[in-house]
Amino acid sequence: MSSFNFILRPGVASHMKRLWLRKVKLTCSMKTRAMQTHAFDYFNDSVDLDESKFGKILIANRSEIACRIIRTARRMGIKTVAVYSTADSSSVHVRMADEAVCLGPPAARESYLNVEKVLAAIKDTGAEAVHPGYGFLSENAAFAAELESMGVAFIGPSASAIRGMGDKLESKRLAMEAQVNTIPGFDGVVSDENHCLEIARNIGYPVMIKASAGGGGKGMRIARNDTEVREGFRLSTSEAASSFGDDRMLVEKFIDSPRHIEIQVLGDKHGNTVYLNERECSIQRRNQKVIEEAPSVFLDADMRKAMGEQAVALCKRLNYSSAGTVEFLVDSARNFYFLEMNTRLQVEHPITECITGLDLVHQMIRIAKGHRLKMSQSDVALRGWAIESRVYAEDPTKGFGLPSVGRLYQYLEPTHLSNVRCDSGVEEGSEISVYYDPMISKLVCYGQTRQQAIDLSVKALDSYVIRGVAHNIALLRDILTEHRFVSGNISTAYLNQVYPDGFNGRQLDQKSRRRVCALAAAILAKADIRARAFVNKRHSAPNSWQFVITLHETQISCNIRYSDSSRSFVVSIDGEEELVADDFNLSQSPIYTKVDGRDVVFQLNSKAQFGNLKIGFEGSDYDLSVLPKSAHEYMKFMPEKSVADTSKRLVAPMPGVVKSVSCDVGCQVVKGQELCIVEAMKMQNSLLADTSGKIKSINVKVGSNVSKDDVLVEFE
Amino acid sequence: MFSSIHCRTTFRKNIKFFYNRPISKKLANSSHTDATQTLVVKQRIDTLKKSALLGGGLKRIEAQHKKGKLTARERINLLCDPGTFTEYDMLMEHTCTDFGMEKQKFPGDSVITGHGLVNGRSVFVFSQDFTVFGGSLSLAHARKICKVMDKAMTVGAPVVGLNDSGGARIQEGVDALGGYADIFQRNVLASGVVPQISMIMGPCAGGAVYSPAITDFTFMVKDTSYLFITGPDVVKATTNEEITQEELGGSNAHMTISGVAHNAFENDVDALIQLRNFLGFLPLSNQEQAPVRVWHDDSDRDVPALDHIVPPDSTAAYDMMDVIHSLVDDRDFFEIHPKYATNIIVGFARMNGRTVGFVANQPKVAAGCLDINASVKAARFVRFCDAFNIPLVVLVDVPGFLPGLSQEHGGIIRHGAKLLYAFAEATVPKVTIITRKAYGGAYDVMASKHLRGDSNYSWPTGEIAVMGSKGAVAILYRGKDNLAQYEAEYIDKFRSPLSAAVRGYIDDVIQPRTTRRRICQDLEMLSTKKLSNPAKKHGNIPL
Repeated sequence: MSSFNFILRPGVASHMKRLWLRKVKLTCSMKTRAMQTHAFDYFNDSVDLDESKFGKILIANRSEIACRIIRTARRMGIKTVAVYSTADSSSVHVRMADEAVCLGPPAARESYLNVEKVLAAIKDTGAEAVHPGYGFLSENAAFAAELESMGVAFIGPSASAIRGMGDKLESKRLAMEAQVNTIPGFDGVVSDENHCLEIARNIGYPVMIKASAGGGGKGMRIARNDTEVREGFRLSTSEAASSFGDDRMLVEKFIDSPRHIEIQVLGDKHGNTVYLNERECSIQRRNQKVIEEAPSVFLDADMRKAMGEQAVALCKRLNYSSAGTVEFLVDSARNFYFLEMNTRLQVEHPITECITGLDLVHQMIRIAKGHRLKMSQSDVALRGWAIESRVYAEDPTKGFGLPSVGRLYQYLEPTHLSNVRCDSGVEEGSEISVYYDPMISKLVCYGQTRQQAIDLSVKALDSYVIRGVAHNIALLRDILTEHRFVSGNISTAYLNQVYPDGFNGRQLDQKSRRRVCALAAAILAKADIRARAFVNKRHSAPNSWQFVITLHETQISCNIRYSDSSRSFVVSIDGEEELVADDFNLSQSPIYTKVDGRDVVFQLNSKAQFGNLKIGFEGSDYDLSVLPKSAHEYMKFMPEKSVADTSKRLVAPMPGVVKSVSCDVGCQVVKGQELCIVEAMKMQNSLLADTSGKIKSINVKVGSNVSKDDVLVEFE
Repeated sequence: MFSSIHCRTTFRKNIKFFYNRPISKKLANSSHTDATQTLVVKQRIDTLKKSALLGGGLKRIEAQHKKGKLTARERINLLCDPGTFTEYDMLMEHTCTDFGMEKQKFPGDSVITGHGLVNGRSVFVFSQDFTVFGGSLSLAHARKICKVMDKAMTVGAPVVGLNDSGGARIQEGVDALGGYADIFQRNVLASGVVPQISMIMGPCAGGAVYSPAITDFTFMVKDTSYLFITGPDVVKATTNEEITQEELGGSNAHMTISGVAHNAFENDVDALIQLRNFLGFLPLSNQEQAPVRVWHDDSDRDVPALDHIVPPDSTAAYDMMDVIHSLVDDRDFFEIHPKYATNIIVGFARMNGRTVGFVANQPKVAAGCLDINASVKAARFVRFCDAFNIPLVVLVDVPGFLPGLSQEHGGIIRHGAKLLYAFAEATVPKVTIITRKAYGGAYDVMASKHLRGDSNYSWPTGEIAVMGSKGAVAILYRGKDNLAQYEAEYIDKFRSPLSAAVRGYIDDVIQPRTTRRRICQDLEMLSTKKLSNPAKKHGNIPL
């Protein structure tokens, strides 16, 4: 890498630059898949190589966003420094950067959140600027201030802007000063029941009565009429008094099932600010976004302009430079209210990049260097529709997402499809650890229309291969095909309304069920044929089979025969025939074939053999059992096995010394999480939780000597 | 239910034999008598055959099912491809005349024998019938088994025993004991000639256990099978220990403690399905090369995951199973001894469609050291692969032999020597990859170049030395002050694969992600390998 950067010193002839660009592209494609150029060119803001620029920037972040920033820095011809914790030492972002500095142990507060260590890395490497990404130090005003004093550029807003927006009350005050719509409410303490009623009538129903000291839903009531206000005030006051010893009450307008719509803004240090349209992020769980789109179906040009102008007004009030996001809540009557401002690059920024053609990271770096925006508001484009699906290493059937850890033993992004962008910081073999956010990637799909973007997203999710950890693709795909989402009727309450009992996996209709079974039958028939096909001798294989498939505790008989004329398996189930084309092999992943002439994508997630079989079909994994009919008939004689007790304790597998304990009593751990390390024979053996649960007791401490089979940790 | 049983007896074709019996002298009547006699014989045969199909009768079949077990015939039915089982000696009966046994006879006696096809390939089978005298072994029973074993040897096809027998038929006395010995003798002669597999699907006690013990693989069915020399009653009588059958000789005990069982399966159906899969890995005899099944998993593909598996901290553990699964075709690995001596992994997989035997240290368990059990487990596996022309792939991450009193007094010297002997003796292709540590004598043992390794590679993380840095420096610089500096020098010299590479003890240092491709290419090249050991009666492995 360094040789290319050498060529790129300012003042080199332009043909040299072209050569460099080509070289970089070549190097990219030769390096890891995660670094390949994207399937479509979504940036229109080409890099002006004559513009002055930083020589070297440090990216104080990890994973996908670090990779994302390095990619743009590389495009601009800027050297990069990655930082990492010991858990990330072989991560993609470390390899992508020109230099890398280890910050320390895996825990974020000892590495990525440790200001001192990051500052030391900046000094050691001589980085001229720092991009903080999102999370970690991105909204740490003290860090930004420290950089300012060191003369290192912070690629983000000023420390004062971060501070101003970091405090809820202060940000609301500033927003009101800038004439931004804020949630109507009474900015003082309510004196009594009648006062409360008066305020509520002034604001307009429904209202939210909440304890000033409140939290966790305690002392909080929604009132929709006078009677409810009186009752709510009484109950909340007493609840607050007993819970917090503080009965001061606030009243605010309650926004019922709002939409979450945010405006992307971009300002330079010369007073120029533009808004880059909106993003709708209403699909959330536990205040975490799941699917985002740009633009929003809910906004028309006038409303977009109104919201955008207010966002710009706020920025001007703050002297805001760099990229930022002003978040609004929008009620069903299209009233919008300021919620907060995020003074950083957002996770979901790629969808804005898709519809505007701007590279936000590029602009942020330019702005931090002191350059002017090259566009005015009228230049901001709004073309097509982009949807971002956040792919998490989480089991979506448990509270919409229980984190999962493990190694991605197989990993294939669907970037072979055009108009698909996948921002990730992992590759095949990467480990999803317990230390950080379980996001695997952001799948961004772009279309001329919303429906095109949805259809492309579904297609991309179907051919996304993720093995080794649980993932939420089933939920993402289900939302993208759910009629309320498709019609655009969404709000922040969407998930709880559409899945009141949680997400229980995709429900198969008769036809889909038959299709899954037909695929399973075809797989086993193929495996049966393969079992007889040796290179030196092919034993004749049967051309018809009888299987019994068990899916969701239902037994399905199926007859299957091979049709030479159509080169397909004819599977008959419940008197209906499905034709599965014999145009695939069992080692492919994903597998593309045709069922009844219709294209299908599926994944074989287990060995292709009789007994248990796992198939990924339309986003969800299905566990089936497939047996020859004769074997199935004998199953009735087989003894019922008592379900093995998933061990409630962790025992030492060998004698040794406890080197570290990485859990606490009462703490919730997930299956596969490291609980402690036992050192034996100078080797550290990481002991992992066999099951998810709460820790009841820990019987050892660091330095304890343990014998084989000693109980180290017990679960509740 | 039995209508579906496929036992194509050869009997009908031999019916002519009965025409040769003495016939009536009077020609005028002869046609009548002849026809009657033929019908009578035919009827008698039909009756006997029907009776043979029912084994010990419906009541006992029901009892067998109640125990969660299939009958001997049902098991054969699941093991063999439909309609391919050919039965022998269906009408053979026991010869005992004592204790009123002459009045209790069952055609075929307590075992069903014959040959069939598994996925189109020949296999010889005997399936003990618990419904007849508890599957006990009579002279006739033993002779039936010997017959299939002899045939298997002449044809060159595996022998599968489905064991479900209470033991010797006491009424027959020494005849039964002789019967066992006849089988043992054949087991020994067949060893290394055709694969022999025992599936224990019920009790297997007393002298009977030694036949499965000699066979190449002993599998069990969880909860319904057990193996022991003497049962709980005798144990109680002699040592006063109270113990259940399951604790004494159940699948769990043999899978984890004794290592007698090579694997155990959920139930009869699962066991037989798995057995069919397993047979697909094996050649039919030592005259055949390792089978090459049609494959689609690209042998040229890079496996990026392999670059991530060995952690940067040289003492941190990782799971060698991740490496194996990433290397082999379709992640399909049939592990042998999955719960016994888990500091070493052995099992079968395919690469380029060809069966290979894997031997791999498991750094996740006891740091992957070699101890007595691990050495014995791997040694037997290596010898099986060598006997049946199955190439070996060896993954090395071994800190050494396990030190300690119990190991030394347990005889780690002679047990460890077994693994050394097995690798040194093996003439099949041997491809060795050092993933990290290869220390001391254990480096030598694990199919090193010096033991005629064909391809020996190391990953860049390889550490090849006589011993770890601390121990080495303590000896080399005894009494000196700046040990830390010496240690750093030692680490610089030996915590890398370079010192071995410059001497040619490893052929190359390779990027982990290219390992699958390298192994596949080498196995292809080595498929014509010719190497034989000096002629001898047999070697003298330190048993």
